[in-house]
Amino acid sequence: MDGLLAIRFDFDTVGDFLFDPIILRAMRETLYIALLAMVLGIGLGIVLAVMRESRNPIISGPAGIYVWFWRATPVILQLLLVYFGLRQLIEEDIFRDNWTRWRAAVITFGLNEAAYMAEIVRGGIQSVESGQMDAAKSLGMTNFQALRRIILPQAFRVIIPPTGNEFIAMLKNTSVAFAIGVVELLNAAKIQAARNFKPMELYTVAAFWYLVLVSVFSLLQAELERALTISERERPETLFSRVLTIIGGRRGI
Amino acid sequence: MSEPMVRSLDVHKRFGRLEVLRGVSMDVARGEVVVLIGASGSGKTTFLRCINHLERVDGGRIYVDGELVGYRERDGRLAEDGEREVARKRAAIGMVFQRLNLFPHLSALGNVIEAPIRVRKTPRKQAEKAGRELLAKVGLADKLRAYPSQLSGGQQQRVAIARALAMQPKLMLFDEPTSALDPELVGEVLDVMKSLAREGMTMIVVSHEMGFAREVADRMVFMDEGVIVEEGPPEEMFLRPLQPRTQAFLSKIL
Repeated sequence: MDGLLAIRFDFDTVGDFLFDPIILRAMRETLYIALLAMVLGIGLGIVLAVMRESRNPIISGPAGIYVWFWRATPVILQLLLVYFGLRQLIEEDIFRDNWTRWRAAVITFGLNEAAYMAEIVRGGIQSVESGQMDAAKSLGMTNFQALRRIILPQAFRVIIPPTGNEFIAMLKNTSVAFAIGVVELLNAAKIQAARNFKPMELYTVAAFWYLVLVSVFSLLQAELERALTISERERPETLFSRVLTIIGGRRGI
Repeated sequence: MSEPMVRSLDVHKRFGRLEVLRGVSMDVARGEVVVLIGASGSGKTTFLRCINHLERVDGGRIYVDGELVGYRERDGRLAEDGEREVARKRAAIGMVFQRLNLFPHLSALGNVIEAPIRVRKTPRKQAEKAGRELLAKVGLADKLRAYPSQLSGGQQQRVAIARALAMQPKLMLFDEPTSALDPELVGEVLDVMKSLAREGMTMIVVSHEMGFAREVADRMVFMDEGVIVEEGPPEEMFLRPLQPRTQAFLSKIL
């Protein structure tokens, strides 16, 4: 060893584990948890946003309480409550057999995300000019029809960019699931590091894959936003606006 | 003697402590064209919005085609209609707004056929055929696929008229349809409205386009501070307004 600073970084170990099947499987878990939780979060978030917009306090109240609870408690606590808490409360075998760590993680992250998505969707709905609702109603549409056909398709333009940010944050936040023992990317690296005493190398592997995942989705997000800006200017008939109108539930004209 | 298309009885409306309508009563006969005038804040837009229940009334009744709008009457009391019932009644009342509010994510044709397809459950093919004819009627046969952002204000208002007509309304409400437009675009919208009036459509028009009123209005109604101050045939109103408030207002806008 020459020099004052002894650096022992084993590049071979990094190479060995970069494409290790266990690590790759864990990365897939991370991706699946994030994707499924995001789908749940967006779906429930839209419902919550619509509920919060209601003038009826019996409908808007519970939605408000929901958002308050999930935003005001740490996600790690939520994971513990949902996984261990429910296991303690419900003793039925059929529940315990099916209440896996992985499912508890997806559901917790989804429920948590819904609270944030609710605020984003609500902002999107409020960004649509009130005259749009008047026009839809004057044509005999019910509130639901107006929301689905007129308001939400326009709100999506405002909703999509922050939703991309949420997803990227979600990819990283899934690492918290190690608290209930889910073997996602970070946890897999941690377990392996404990086995071969090479934390630096294994966490480097984990960091590498997080960087790859987040970079891929950041690129997709940037692409999506570019399409969005184009469709807002004088060219509404881009591929992306077609996707939007399909989400809005209509076949193209 | 058939019943009137619109019958408004002592309609009151307040926003908080401000009483915007203080007892508005009027009948509009079938096929009649009524032009409502008055200073801003006089309640004319609010009255129009009450007719299709975009605003709740706080007192009085409004009947359209013999049906109470937005409410049911039971033992002399009013109960607000359910949402579907309100929507059903509104579907028969067309409205064109001051602000340009075409649906920006739909083409001109898409705007026109959306409600027939979703609300009336008209088959798409049939709705498109009717939609094309309506857009041709308002002079936009070549703009079927244009999006609102690609149309001028006047073109947008004409699409908005076609969109309302697609629901085959028995009554059309116009809320200052030309006041958001550049002056050179006003004429094309008024022309469409005139031809509609000639076809016998029942219309209530809030507008200060006096030329339009003179040409097609059967009756002019002047509102001030939430009440009808004076009404009569346009020529009478222009030449011999009886009330000092009417005189003052007309002298300002003519």
